[in-house]
Amino acid sequence: MSENPFSLWVYLSQSPLLWLTVTLLTYAVVDAVSLKTNRHALANPVLHSIWIIGVFLLATGTSYTTYFGGAQFVHFLLGPATVALAVPLYENRKVVAAAILPMLLALVIGSITAIVSVVVLAQMAGLPRGIVLSLSSKSVTAGVAMGISESLHADPSLTAVSVVLTGIMGAIIVTPLMNRTGITDFRARGFAVGLAAHGIGTARAFQVDAVAGVFAGIAMSLNALVTSLLVPLAVTLLVR
Amino acid sequence: MIASLSLILLCQLAGEVMVRGLGLPMPGPVVGMLILLLLLLARDRFALLAKGPLQGDGVEGASRGLLAHLSLLFIPAGVGVVQKLDLLAEHGIAILLILAVSVVITLLVTVATFLVSSRLMTRGKQIP
Repeated sequence: MSENPFSLWVYLSQSPLLWLTVTLLTYAVVDAVSLKTNRHALANPVLHSIWIIGVFLLATGTSYTTYFGGAQFVHFLLGPATVALAVPLYENRKVVAAAILPMLLALVIGSITAIVSVVVLAQMAGLPRGIVLSLSSKSVTAGVAMGISESLHADPSLTAVSVVLTGIMGAIIVTPLMNRTGITDFRARGFAVGLAAHGIGTARAFQVDAVAGVFAGIAMSLNALVTSLLVPLAVTLLVR
Repeated sequence: MIASLSLILLCQLAGEVMVRGLGLPMPGPVVGMLILLLLLLARDRFALLAKGPLQGDGVEGASRGLLAHLSLLFIPAGVGVVQKLDLLAEHGIAILLILAVSVVITLLVTVATFLVSSRLMTRGKQIP
């Protein structure tokens, strides 16, 4: 046992072990609560884990860089999880093949809407050019959006935050919005949330319905592709 | 389990190599997903491929395990919000409102496009 409990904290707070444990433990608890509420939209596991861990970091004066030293092992799995989307796609290939045309149309029109709406609104609100550029790719998954942001000389870390905020809001809003508008086609619901709210929306879709999850996963992957082509074009046309 | 994870990583690696090598404008993991999908489809056609992680429920089981906790994987990037608190204090409300309005518009436009085009398609099929 260390003579000074403070020195133990100093040691642990710099080690990846502590921050990896904090990330997994917080998620496990929040996810159990979310399950208890029957996956209520407001009990979003990502939202609540983020603020709990964020408050803990601020309270202990830990820098994000130190935290990420442990959390990066979880972050890394975003790539393999994208590859893993091939499996639900494969298992539902007949449903997907039957809906190929609606999917492609919804993809192009939805992707344009996602980019144009955020750029136009941000300019109307008079936000500085750097922020407008950083928000423009908010509907695609974090890794891709940060790459786009970098190529525009915007702020990739602000982009990552706007991506996660968009994902959380999309995931919270989608079920009540679709229920209220009376849309019962889970292919369409899933596709919309995957396109608008990437992986967090896809995670939500899998909680609600397996077919919705598959279509969300496809929309997320395809939108990553389309958005990286469209954002540079939209920025030249729309941003003053 | 290890063989299945290796196959997933191998697909991602091949995807990254193709994207960098050919200068494709798409993310590496998305190409990796296409490679794994082609492998699974090829396995059904050629019994020769049904080995190791591609037999039984190998790679399928490992993938379902990864996807079951997709939410968890976004937490490290999301906690990055602690670095942006000063910027959010200044423009936070505007940014939140803009993102919320944009996500609702995107959801509605996408779902409407999907439903309208799928309805037009089934109607087109019924006429002839």
